[in-house]
Amino acid sequence: MEILKPAIAGTLESSDAQVTVEPGEGGIELSLTSSVMNQYGRQIKATVLETLERLDVSSARVTVVDKGALDCTLKARVECAVFRSCGASAANIPWGGAVR
Amino acid sequence: MIPRPKPERFRLRRTMMFMNAQKPGLIKDAYIYGCDSIMLDLEDAVAENQKDAARFSLYHALKTIDYGDTEVIVRINGLDTPHWQEDIRVCVAGGADGIRIAKCESAQDVLTVEQAVEEAEKEFGVEVGRTLLMAALESPKGILNAYEICSASDRMFGVAISGGDFRKCMQTSPQHDGVDMLFARGQMLLAARAAGIQCFDTVFTNLDDQEGFEAEVLQNKAMGFDGKSLINPKQIRFVHQVFAPTEKEVIQAEKIVRAIRENAEKGLGVFTVDGKMIDIAFLPGAERTLKLARACGMYEGDLV
Repeated sequence: MEILKPAIAGTLESSDAQVTVEPGEGGIELSLTSSVMNQYGRQIKATVLETLERLDVSSARVTVVDKGALDCTLKARVECAVFRSCGASAANIPWGGAVR
Repeated sequence: MIPRPKPERFRLRRTMMFMNAQKPGLIKDAYIYGCDSIMLDLEDAVAENQKDAARFSLYHALKTIDYGDTEVIVRINGLDTPHWQEDIRVCVAGGADGIRIAKCESAQDVLTVEQAVEEAEKEFGVEVGRTLLMAALESPKGILNAYEICSASDRMFGVAISGGDFRKCMQTSPQHDGVDMLFARGQMLLAARAAGIQCFDTVFTNLDDQEGFEAEVLQNKAMGFDGKSLINPKQIRFVHQVFAPTEKEVIQAEKIVRAIRENAEKGLGVFTVDGKMIDIAFLPGAERTLKLARACGMYEGDLV
């Protein structure tokens, strides 16, 4: 998927994460801040990058502000932001396909 | 991926707790409260511009979190919104046990949802017929059409009244004696029993009025409801207490089931237990009491 316009998903509440995606200049530029950076920073980064790869996003500026989200929440927020940036978040989501 | 077992159409549903599907902090550990069912909400709890985000969050929660024995139902948006079809796709793809149809007013509403559910089951390779349905009656028309709604589909396991919207339509407000919804509750119970499905009462929203809450739960039990929708975990324990059978009822039920079985072998249809006339008509009620007692941890025998 191609990031067409800036989009944001998620909140700054506890157990959530706020993910912003913007059009990139080739490659993934990830900026991560987390309330559990020391314990889980690497795991969060890996989950975000895997999710982007599954969605076939190869160029984007991604900002994640994590408030202790579980992996399943991180995935949900990244996916929602990407689909929103393409104007495709409202219907016909490939549940179980690229979204899994 | 957590594979959920095939949903049971008839199971214990004393408490059904609403949770906003958009809030990760709520849905990640919803099973710890011990309610019989949780109701993940895509409808009123989710703001209009967050419907899409709630579905992504719901999908991964359904696929990732082990809710154990807690039943997982999803309340979808009304058929008059642009959201309900995608809501159904995500519920089926994620493997929710059942779907609650909001603002249901006719058998046709149930059939419309059923058709979309079946299409989704085929699309996602889910066994056709797996996903259960229940209807929320929120308007006078819904109450008047209760029987056709309750009997519209083999997937229907229950029906619930939604007090907030219904009272608005009727120009009334919650009353301590329940007179505001007495007829509607009664009509819905009749319809549910006639159709052979379960019946659930609405939420009690004033968390500071414990006395009013308890009075309403006691009335629900007396009227014959199977359970109640809840908005806060602190309401669960009282409902479970009220809906649990008494020790005397359990002993009596055990005696009745045993006596009916023994006498059936001897060819006796009607007889007395502790001075009361008993026949086969008492069997379903007695078995239900024992099942309920088992769920409440009061019965460990092997009669049910």
